[in-house]
Amino acid sequence: MNNIIKKYIPQILAILFVVLIFGFLTMNAQTNMDNRGIDFGFGFLSQESSFDVQFSLIEYSGSDSYARAFLVGLLNTLLVSFISIIICTILGIIIGVARLSSNYLIKNSAAWYVEFFRNIPLLLQIFFWYYAALRALPMPEKADAWFGVTYMTVKGYYIPAMVWENLNVFLYSGLASIIAIIVLRNYANKLRDTKGKQIPVLLYSVSLLIVLPLLSFIFGGVTLEFEIPELKKLSKISYIYEGGISLPPELIALVLALSLYTSTFVAECVRAGIEGVSKGQKEAAASVGLTPNQVLKLVIMPQALRIIIPPTTNQYLNLTKNSSLAAAIAYPDLVLVFAGTALMQTGKAIEIVSITMLTYLTISLTIAAIMNWYNKKIEIKEK
Amino acid sequence: MRKIMFKTIKQLTSMVAMFAVLFAFSTETMAAKKSKTLENTKKRQFVRCGVSQGLPGFSNADESGNWTGIDVDVCRAVAAATLGDATKVKFTPLSAKERFTALTSGEIDILSRNTTWTLSRDADIGLTFVGVNFYDGQGFMVRKGSGIKSTSEFKNGTSVCTNLGTTTELNMRDFFDSRGISYEPVVFEKADEVVAAYDAGRCDTYTTDKSGLAAQRTKLSAPDDHVVLPETISKEPLGPVVRQGDSVWEDIVRWSLNTMIEAEEYGVNSSNADMMKTSNNPAIKRLVGAEGELGAAFGLDNEWNLRIIKQVGNYGESYKRNIADTGILPDRGPNELWTKGGILYVPPAR
Repeated sequence: MNNIIKKYIPQILAILFVVLIFGFLTMNAQTNMDNRGIDFGFGFLSQESSFDVQFSLIEYSGSDSYARAFLVGLLNTLLVSFISIIICTILGIIIGVARLSSNYLIKNSAAWYVEFFRNIPLLLQIFFWYYAALRALPMPEKADAWFGVTYMTVKGYYIPAMVWENLNVFLYSGLASIIAIIVLRNYANKLRDTKGKQIPVLLYSVSLLIVLPLLSFIFGGVTLEFEIPELKKLSKISYIYEGGISLPPELIALVLALSLYTSTFVAECVRAGIEGVSKGQKEAAASVGLTPNQVLKLVIMPQALRIIIPPTTNQYLNLTKNSSLAAAIAYPDLVLVFAGTALMQTGKAIEIVSITMLTYLTISLTIAAIMNWYNKKIEIKEK
Repeated sequence: MRKIMFKTIKQLTSMVAMFAVLFAFSTETMAAKKSKTLENTKKRQFVRCGVSQGLPGFSNADESGNWTGIDVDVCRAVAAATLGDATKVKFTPLSAKERFTALTSGEIDILSRNTTWTLSRDADIGLTFVGVNFYDGQGFMVRKGSGIKSTSEFKNGTSVCTNLGTTTELNMRDFFDSRGISYEPVVFEKADEVVAAYDAGRCDTYTTDKSGLAAQRTKLSAPDDHVVLPETISKEPLGPVVRQGDSVWEDIVRWSLNTMIEAEEYGVNSSNADMMKTSNNPAIKRLVGAEGELGAAFGLDNEWNLRIIKQVGNYGESYKRNIADTGILPDRGPNELWTKGGILYVPPAR
């Protein structure tokens, strides 16, 4: 009995304390808002937003609701985070491995890269890329074509848009090839475990991924055309490209800054991971006759990943949260569209800020959950 | 005879009682008319005023941190009226996004930051607009070389730079939507960033209130290469705002502004204000505190308005000093007195 009291009383007190503090804060906010004649409520979400957004992944106009404006901002945040996470991972792995290179030049340039980009405040880097790009890039009419059909200009990067017919057939064929690859891999693993035979899985997978979608073009009636951006005159001195897709310079600057900055931290995680695997492992693997590639793939990486994943998750979370600095350079992310314009137009500060906070929390928890699942999967499973 | 006397006495007593009741009632309302904001301001010995982060002519700080502008002068007038010293103001620079929260949360007591008076702002978010110190309207600035002479020449795909969280964003949408023109809004949080992006060629046009365009144009690398188009696409009455719920403070701010405008109307300015005490015109005498008890209604002394005129000047002086002489908008346009063809018209101070 005594023990139970000792065990639970502090916990109950702690919970009570938290509840009281939250209760006090809510009460306080409530009375203050009442005193100032501010209503609390989420009804505004269904009202017409009556403002436009520069760049949106879904159809949106000023006659849509605030809820849809929220969705536009959320998708833009997810887009910039997603692209930046992929780029920073690839860059991070390359730089991390380069830091372990025995080549003096490669090793030191990688070290310089890391020290340079991680020690300058991110906001400054964002401003640098944005205003440097704006100053350096040509006006649309003076832009040279990159790859013949894309144009990098001060108003954005214009690329051809893809016009699909029977897109769903193409997507199904892609799905089919992925299923085929999974089946193939399971079969290859079985073959290896039972008969000791190895087949080149990677080669087969890649060919499957190419051949099946290609077949959909020939037999599935899928067609793909490109809409190429064309120069259009707006006034005597101002031009723009029409048709195709325009990636605004704000998005490009933000992706550049976020991925370069975060890649330095990922590189350090990768380096730590590889250095964390003891040398004996490598030597033992080599002595049983594995090729250097196999050593890296089968012995070093599986162990290094266990060290790399958890701190890299942190970096992904940081990147997503840092993407909120977008507001500084007019990229219409969640903070600019929802916690910015929408907040200003409705004046619902408490509601909008809490929705925004909850949204970032949810995004972060989701990323953490996915990474934890992956981490669990590659953990040492003791038998 | 006795009966009549009795009746008179009765009438008299009832009259006295009635007066007593009235008197009691009025002292009670006098007590209730205390202003929390005024009390705190007096205790603090400075007026807390929210201004812009730098808009020449309206609220702008020089290198040594001295604020000037017609929005700044409204706060100075309130400081002169309540504390007797126009310099006793603490200015808080606010972004468009922060301004209302700063006011409703009690961080500042007056928001004098080129803020447009609209129904939803006045009614919805715990604010009260007290008047208009500048009649403005939204316009567009373009490069001279573009050859664009009118907003009707905008074409599909025009990119437009502007500020976040202002009525500008809404007017811009109404404007382009009603004409069926597709446009690309590029929205920045700070005015300086808008100017930098427009200057770099990111946008074809820059839209905000015309006074703002005139002021921001001076910050461009080659101001003469840019021109403000003649059309005005919206009504933007700009004025000071206070928190809802303190009607005495609201009145003080309102009548501090009105005093400046009325002083111009009667030709009272900072240099002749003292002499006007002996004027023959009672309206002028009231305006300089030589007649009437106008200050008592807000719990101020009787020379509150004289101090405003002496220390800050009348509206015309403020306009000339901040907007005309700085070359921002030499022509007063609608911001001229109603007696001179403008629309500045304030209720009488009596």
